[in-house]
Amino acid sequence: MDKVMGDKKVIALYVLPALIVIMTLVYSPIVMTGYYGLMKWDGIGNMEFIGLNNYIRLLSDPLFWNSVYHSFLLAIFSVISLMGYLTIALVLSGKIKGASIFRKLYLVPMLLSSVAIAQLWMRIYHPTNGILNSLLSFLGSDNIPLWLADQKIVLYSVFIAIIWQYAGFYILIYYAALKNIPESLIEAARIDGASPWQIAYKIKIPLILNVIKVTVVLAVVGSLKYFDLIYVMTYGGPDGASEVIASYMYKQAFRSYNFGYASAIGFFLLLICLVITWLIRRLTASDEEIQY
Amino acid sequence: MNRVMEKKRTGIRVYKPNPKLSKPSIGATAAKGILYFLLVALAVIQIFPLVWLLFFSLKNNQEVFNTPPLALPTNPRWENYVKVWTRGNIGQYFFNSVWITAVAVIITILLASFVTYAITRMKWKYSSLVLGIFMVGMMIPVHSTLIPLFSLFVKTKLIDKPAAIVLSYIAFNLPVTIMILLGFYYTLPREIEEAAIIDGCSVNRMFFKIILPMTTPVMATTAIINMIYNWNEFVFVNTFISSDKYKTLTVGVQNFIGQYGADWGAIGATLVISILPILLAYLVLSDRIVEGITSGSIKG
Repeated sequence: MDKVMGDKKVIALYVLPALIVIMTLVYSPIVMTGYYGLMKWDGIGNMEFIGLNNYIRLLSDPLFWNSVYHSFLLAIFSVISLMGYLTIALVLSGKIKGASIFRKLYLVPMLLSSVAIAQLWMRIYHPTNGILNSLLSFLGSDNIPLWLADQKIVLYSVFIAIIWQYAGFYILIYYAALKNIPESLIEAARIDGASPWQIAYKIKIPLILNVIKVTVVLAVVGSLKYFDLIYVMTYGGPDGASEVIASYMYKQAFRSYNFGYASAIGFFLLLICLVITWLIRRLTASDEEIQY
Repeated sequence: MNRVMEKKRTGIRVYKPNPKLSKPSIGATAAKGILYFLLVALAVIQIFPLVWLLFFSLKNNQEVFNTPPLALPTNPRWENYVKVWTRGNIGQYFFNSVWITAVAVIITILLASFVTYAITRMKWKYSSLVLGIFMVGMMIPVHSTLIPLFSLFVKTKLIDKPAAIVLSYIAFNLPVTIMILLGFYYTLPREIEEAAIIDGCSVNRMFFKIILPMTTPVMATTAIINMIYNWNEFVFVNTFISSDKYKTLTVGVQNFIGQYGADWGAIGATLVISILPILLAYLVLSDRIVEGITSGSIKG
C-alpha cells in the first residue's frame, strides 16, 4: 500500500500540472511585480533600471496616499458592518421560521457580477430617474443629493453598494458557524437561566471566534484590493474622490502607461495584504482550539 | 398576538392563565414581530433593486422618465431584449462567456482533484508545503500579478486570445477549488483503496474509476462556484482582451452600455441577460451554492 501510494513518479504526475500553473501565473508574477517596480518602463519599449525611485515617488505622491486612505476607510467600514451581519446571523440562528429562505435571499447580490451591480446602482443613484431620489422626492424632500457626482458623498455611496453586495455572504458564513454549535450547549445554558442576550455574548460568540477572525481578515484584505465595482461605477472620480489603491494602480498602468510605477503600487498592495493578514492572525492568536 | 389571545379565550376552562407567564410572552411575541419585520425589510432591500431592474428592462425611455419607478410595465417591451441580443453583440459575448467558463471550470476541477488526491491520500515529504502554496495563493491580490501576466501573455502571443483568460481563471481558482475538495477527500474511506490496491489496481485506474466518481457531489459544488466566479470576472478580460469577438459578457455589457448609455430599457435588458444564467442556477442549486461558498471561505 505505502509503496504504491508513495510512488514519486505518480505523485509528480498528479501535483505538477497545477503547481506549474499556479507558480507561473500567480507566484512568479508577484516576484516580477517587485522587479518591474525598480524600472522605468512604458510597457512596450526598453526598461531602464532606476532603483528605488518608483518607491520613493510613491511615498510623496498625494494621489497615491489619497487612494490608500480610501481603501483603508473601506476596510474600516467593512469591519464595522461585520457586527451588523453577526447580529442578523444571531437572530436568524435562533428559532426563526424561514431562516434558510432569508439567508438565501440575502445572498443573491453576491452572485451577480460587480459590473452588473455597478450598472444597476448607477441607475439607483441616478439624479432624476433613480429609485432613491424618486423616493426622496416622493417623501417631500427638497434636498436631492447627487450620490455619485458629489465629492463629499461619492465614497459612501459606493460603500453602500459594496455592503449590499457582500452582506449576504457574511451573514451566511456566521449563520453556518452558529448552526454548528451543538444545541445541547445552548439548551444547558437556557436551563441554567441564561437570557438570550447572555447566550449570544457569553456562549455563541466566543465559540465562533475563529470564524469571526477569518471574516475580519477576509473583509480587510477584500477591501484593500477592491476594484471592479468602483472602477465601473465612478472610475475613481469625481476628481479622485473615490480612487482606491487598485484603481489607481490600474490607471497608472493601462491608461498612463507607467508600468514601472504601477508595478511598485502593485507590489505595495501585495505587501500590505500579506502583512495585515499576518498581523490580524497574530494579534488575535489564541492557544486553545475550541472543541465541542 | 393571535396565539396569546387564543390561549386566553380557550384556556379558561383548561388551565388558569398565569399573568406572570403570559405577560413576557406578549413581550416576546412583540419582539419576535419586530425581528421578523427587520429580517423581511433586509430581504426586500436585497431583492428589490433586481425587481426594479426587471421593470425598467421592459419599458422604453418615455415610460421610464414619465411613470413612477415602481409602476408595472403595463405594456412590456420585449423588443428591448430582441434589440440588444441582435444589434449589440450580446449574443456573441454570451456565447464566449459560456464556453470560456466551461473550459476553465473543467480544467480547474481536474487539476485540483489531482492535487487534492495526492495531498490527502499519497505519502510524500512536501505535501503540506504544496498545500500551503495553494492556500496562500488565495490571499494574493489579482492586481499584484496583472502587469507581469500582461507582459507574459504579450511575449507568448496569447494576448487578446481566449487562452489568456482561461489560464488566468484556472490559476486563480485552483486554491478555492482545492479548499472545497479537501474536506470531502478527507472523509473518503481508505478501505476501498486498500482493497483496490491489493487487487492490483494502479493508482491512475483507481483515481479515475473509483475516486473521481465518488467525489461527484463535491465536484458539482466546486463547478458551480467556479462557474459563478468565471462568469462574473471582469479585470482579466478587460485587460487581456481587446477584440470584440473574444470578449465575455461582463466586459461586453460594459462596452455596450458605454455606447447606448441613455437607453434605459436596452441597458436593463442587457443586465438581465447577463445575470439570468446565475440566478437560474441559484434557483435550482441554491443549497449547493450556499454550501460551496461556506466551505470555500472557511476551512472545515
